[in-house]
Amino acid sequence: MPVTDVDKNPDALTMTITAEFEADADRLWQLWADPRQLERWWGPPTHPSTFVEHELTPGARTTYFMTGPDGEKHHGQWRIEEVDPPHRLHIADDEVDDEGKPADGGPTGMTVTIAEAEGKATMSVQTHFADRESMEQTIEMGFEQGMIETLDKIDPLLGAARA
Amino acid sequence: MVAIGQGIRTVPFVLTYNQMVVDKKPIRDEEKATDLLFRALADPIRRDILRRAHEGQLSVSALAREHPISVTAMQKHVAVLERAELVSKHRVGRESIVQTQTGALVRARAALDRLEADWRDRIERMEQILETDKGAT
Repeated sequence: MPVTDVDKNPDALTMTITAEFEADADRLWQLWADPRQLERWWGPPTHPSTFVEHELTPGARTTYFMTGPDGEKHHGQWRIEEVDPPHRLHIADDEVDDEGKPADGGPTGMTVTIAEAEGKATMSVQTHFADRESMEQTIEMGFEQGMIETLDKIDPLLGAARA
Repeated sequence: MVAIGQGIRTVPFVLTYNQMVVDKKPIRDEEKATDLLFRALADPIRRDILRRAHEGQLSVSALAREHPISVTAMQKHVAVLERAELVSKHRVGRESIVQTQTGALVRARAALDRLEADWRDRIERMEQILETDKGAT
């Protein structure tokens, strides 16, 4: 199990996951930099991803989509904000609708840091959300229908308790 | 009180799953956390506790009086909700007062759990790619 730490903070709206790999930092960086490698791990096997545009250059735009079992497409778009190979990468997540057009919703982002020591690379990915709404969209973008349905039941249940 | 907002929560999960300690840092099993949440919500008495306890004024024994069950049985229901972090408990005198956590907090936590699960899967796939490619050269 390469994951060494998980830090979830519902107040700061962040989740940071850290993992250690038997590889050097350059090799790990390639997993992010090369769109053909990125699409091998970004989407789950049920929803393979295709990166249409992707280049790790500040200001560049990444466009990709994931294809579901019924052929439905989920589009995503990133804005590459900071690039310091092979150590640091900051990506802003631009919300887009199912046709890939810009949509409302707070932008979220992720910061990737990669460090190397004694032939091992440690990667940390921090995902941060602009607000609770965009954080909760993560649930809706998940693929477990049962989970979404159950969560939808929580709110009416706790209706009176909501701030 | 549950230590929300202090990174990895140090509630019963750590004790229960301390065999998963990696590099001396506790790793909470997010799948089990999700199971706990759904199991907690699956029972009508527990859902009723959530409704009644949102103002945080009812004790475990007061809640037990609302149902045809013993205080011991009610304690068990509250414990299930506590493990799923849907309620917290605090003492006032000899009474144990139950307080429902807000829906917003529950949803926020569920979103982060979901995200953690996604990233664990991604990291696993990354590792597989590194191993596959190593074998190929």
